[in-house]
Amino acid sequence: MADMPIIDADKCNGCGLCIGVCKCGILVLNEDKVAIVRREECRICTRWCAMCEAVCPNDAIRCPFEIVIEEKKDVA
Amino acid sequence: MAVQPEFIRSIPYFAGLSQAGIDSIRKYIFEKKAERGEILLIEGEPAETLYFVVAGAVKVFKISADGKEQILQIIRPGESFNDASVFGGGKNLASVEAMGPVVLNTIKKSDLEAVIQEHPQVAINVIHVLSQRVHHLVSLVEDLSFRHVTGRVAKVLLEHTGDGTGEKPRLTQQEMAAMIGTAREMVGRSLKTLEGEGVIRMERNRIIITDQKALREMAGLT
Repeated sequence: MADMPIIDADKCNGCGLCIGVCKCGILVLNEDKVAIVRREECRICTRWCAMCEAVCPNDAIRCPFEIVIEEKKDVA
Repeated sequence: MAVQPEFIRSIPYFAGLSQAGIDSIRKYIFEKKAERGEILLIEGEPAETLYFVVAGAVKVFKISADGKEQILQIIRPGESFNDASVFGGGKNLASVEAMGPVVLNTIKKSDLEAVIQEHPQVAINVIHVLSQRVHHLVSLVEDLSFRHVTGRVAKVLLEHTGDGTGEKPRLTQQEMAAMIGTAREMVGRSLKTLEGEGVIRMERNRIIITDQKALREMAGLT
């Protein structure tokens, strides 16, 4: 599920900063740990804003990019 | 919610003060709340208030002439912003926006000066806070001035290119920053530069290299 933010529950201290900054509102606190709900709504971001990752003081949430080379489409 | 003395005691500005000292400062501090996207400070306007983040996070940023945003710093609970502008007696050096719902404590410049007169310990604390701020900014200046961060980001992208099958490890902006020894903000800036140059395209969780030859040139690999 690399197309979703990845949460490391061991590092998460439940501060909730990521919940506040998430524009899609997909994060919640569940037993003092952040969890993703409404996974389908994570796709509302047309760009991977990664603000949840930027704001986390414990590196507990990651938004990794896959790096690919654009395929050249043949023009018919 | 009223201003919490426990919070005031926990922030670096007022570290080491007695209970009586904290109580005397409380009257100068006010609470302010803001919602996501609310602009709290506008660059260039008179700097009149110092802010402490109680809950939530804000971003300190500048907008370039062509409309690009550069985040200078993210401010989290317990940290302050607008320090240099307030003590410098001039205008806000950058703009600040709430990244989500935030609770702030504020103190006016004139009241802060009164607090410093009453409690010299606060002056020492302020020097410490400003020193840390200078360290952070010097680090950014170093990156901007002497290091070709964009070129190094280009190299990292080329070295971690996968074929779309997920075989290659995916990278976060934080990891890219750690690899090339720079701040995360600089990676974000470099990716925007590369996208602006038309050599990559950012797509949600993918960075697509659209001009491999140009990217190699920017990475100094040709």
